Amino acid sequence: MTRLARSPTVLEAAPEGKAAPSATRDGVTERRPVVRVEDLTMVYDQKAGPVLDKVSLSVREGDIHGIIGRSGAGKSTLVRCLNQLVVPTSGRIEVSGHDIARLSGGELRRARRDIGMIFQHFSLMSSRTAADNVALPLEIAGVAKEEIRNRIPVLLDLVGLSAKADAYPVELSGGQKQRVGIARALALDPKVLLSDEATSALDPETTEQILDLLKDINRRLGLTIVLITHEMDVVRAIASHVTVLEHGKVVESGPTFDVFAFPKSPVARSFLSSIVAHDLPPQIAARLRPQSSLDTDPVLRIVFTGEAAHEPVIADLVDRFGVRASILHGRIDYIDERPLGVLSLLLPGAADRVPAVLAHLSFLGLHGEVIGHAVRSSAAGARRAAS
Amino acid sequence: MLSDLLPPALVALLLDSIGQTATMVAVAAVLSTLVGLPLGVLLVVTAPGQFLERPALTRVMGTVVNLIRSTPFIILMVAIIPLTRLVAGTTVGTAAAIVPLTIAITPLYARLAEAAMREVDHSLIEAAQAMGATPLQIICKVLLPEALPGILAGQTVTLVSLVGYSAMAGTVGGGGLGDLGIRFGYQRFMPEVMIAVVIVLVVIVQSIQMAGDWAARSVNHRIARGRERA
Repeated sequence: MTRLARSPTVLEAAPEGKAAPSATRDGVTERRPVVRVEDLTMVYDQKAGPVLDKVSLSVREGDIHGIIGRSGAGKSTLVRCLNQLVVPTSGRIEVSGHDIARLSGGELRRARRDIGMIFQHFSLMSSRTAADNVALPLEIAGVAKEEIRNRIPVLLDLVGLSAKADAYPVELSGGQKQRVGIARALALDPKVLLSDEATSALDPETTEQILDLLKDINRRLGLTIVLITHEMDVVRAIASHVTVLEHGKVVESGPTFDVFAFPKSPVARSFLSSIVAHDLPPQIAARLRPQSSLDTDPVLRIVFTGEAAHEPVIADLVDRFGVRASILHGRIDYIDERPLGVLSLLLPGAADRVPAVLAHLSFLGLHGEVIGHAVRSSAAGARRAAS
Repeated sequence: MLSDLLPPALVALLLDSIGQTATMVAVAAVLSTLVGLPLGVLLVVTAPGQFLERPALTRVMGTVVNLIRSTPFIILMVAIIPLTRLVAGTTVGTAAAIVPLTIAITPLYARLAEAAMREVDHSLIEAAQAMGATPLQIICKVLLPEALPGILAGQTVTLVSLVGYSAMAGTVGGGGLGDLGIRFGYQRFMPEVMIAVVIVLVVIVQSIQMAGDWAARSVNHRIARGRERA
C-alpha cells in the first residue's frame, strides 16, 4: 500500500515543511522530530496550580509515542495543546514544522489538517454514514466531490471496513466505530496522528485489534502517532517511546523498552508493578508485603535484556549462595521488537543473602530488584488462626 | 355531508377561514424559521465555553427573547400596532396579523432550536475543530445536521403554537378559524359552527404533529432501525 495521494487543495494549503533529515554531529542522519514541545505550561485556575508544568518532549518521525499518566495527570490537556484545541498558558509547540502555539485563524486551521485525531468515544456524526463521516474532513478542506468519492473506498479499505460504508454509526460496534474514526483521521493524509484514549472504551480483544491496526498504519504509512493512555498494556503493545506524566510534570521519558526494563520513577514503577503483580500467582500476590519481617521470604524480579539472557542464572545462584529458588513467574515480552525477559523468583529463607545475590546479578549485567516480601504460607495460616 | 349540517354560506365562510389560518400560519412559520434558526444558532455558539464565545451578546439576545416570550400574545399584538403598520402598511387583516404572529413565535422557535443544538455532543465540535473546520463549517456541517431531529420537533411545536396564536388574530381583523368560531359560534349562538371549527382545528393540529413526528424520525439516525423495514 502506497502512501495516500494528497489532494491538490491540501497540498496548496500545506505550508512548507522543515528541511529534510538533518545531519547530527557525528554525521549520522537521524529522523527529525515532528513534534517538539518545550516548557509547555497550562494553568486553568491559579489556585488549583498548573495542569501542565514545563512539559518538554520530542517525538521523532515514524515513532509511536505513548504518554501515560493517571487521570488528572494532564495528558488530555497535553494532547489537546498539540492541535490547539486547548491554548496553553506558555511554551513552544512545534508539530510537523508548524509553530502551532503562535498560529490562529486560517493558518491554524490549515496546520490542523496535518494533524489527525481519534477520540475515546469516537466522536462520529450520528447523521452521517461511515463513508460520509470519513468524507467530512475532506469536505471541510474543500476537496472536490469527485476526488472525495475516489478517496473514501481507499480509506475504508485501509481500516478494513469497506463492507460498512453505508452503515450509520449506531449500527456499528465500538471497534468498527473507532475504525471509522481512524479512517477519518487519515483522510487528509496527516503527518501526525493524535490518539486520545482511543481504546479506553473498548473491550480487551477489540483494543488489541485497534492497536494492531494503528501499528500497521504506522508501518505502512510511516505515520507518527502520539497516543495518550492510562493503560501500561497499550504502551507495551505498540509504543516505541513513552513519557510518564504525573501531576502535570514529565517524570520519565525514553524508549519503551528501557522504561519497562529499568523504570526510574516511582510512578512508572507503580504502573509496571500493576502488570507484574498481575503476573504473579494470585496466592503469592495476596501475601506480598512491602517490608520484610521474620516470617517473610524475598521475591526477586530479574530482568533479562540482550546477551545476559544466556547466563545460567538460577543454577549460578544455587551454587554460589546456596539459595533455593522457586520460579513464580516468567515471561518474555517483545517491546518494540526487542525481547525483554522477566523472571520472578521466591527465595525461601534467603533474606540475608539478598544483597550478595543482587550484587552478583548486577555483575552479570542483569537487573535484579526485590519487589516485595511474601509472607510464608504456614505463618500466614497461623496468624489467621490467631486473629 | 358538511352541507347537511351547515348552510352553504357557512361552508364558504369555513373554507375562507381555513385559507386565512393556513396563510397566517405558513407565512409566519417561514419568517420565524428564517429569523429564529440563526438566532438559535447564535444563542448556542456565542454562549460561554463555545467556539464563538461572546457572553455579552448571548445575554442581550437572551433578554430580548425572554421579554417577548413573557408578553401575552394578545398584549403583544396591540403593543406593536405601530410596527405592524410600518411593515404591513395596515393594522387590520390577515397580512397585519402575520407581523405579531411572527414576532411572538420567533423567540419560541429560537429557544427550541437552541435546546436541540445544545444536545449535540461537544466532542463532535472538538473533532470538527481538530479537522480545521471554520466556525461556519462547524455550524453547517456538524451542529445543524446533528440537531436536525430536535430542530424538526421544535418546528412541529412551533407550528402547533402558531395555529393556537392565530385564533387570537381575529382581534386585529385577521380572520381565520378562531375568529369564525368566536363571531358565529359564540356571539351568534351557532354551536354547530363552533363544533365544525374545533373539529377542523383538531384535524389540522393532528396532521401537523404526525407530519412533524414522521419528518423528525426519518432524519434521526441515532436509533438503530432494521434496514429491511425502513
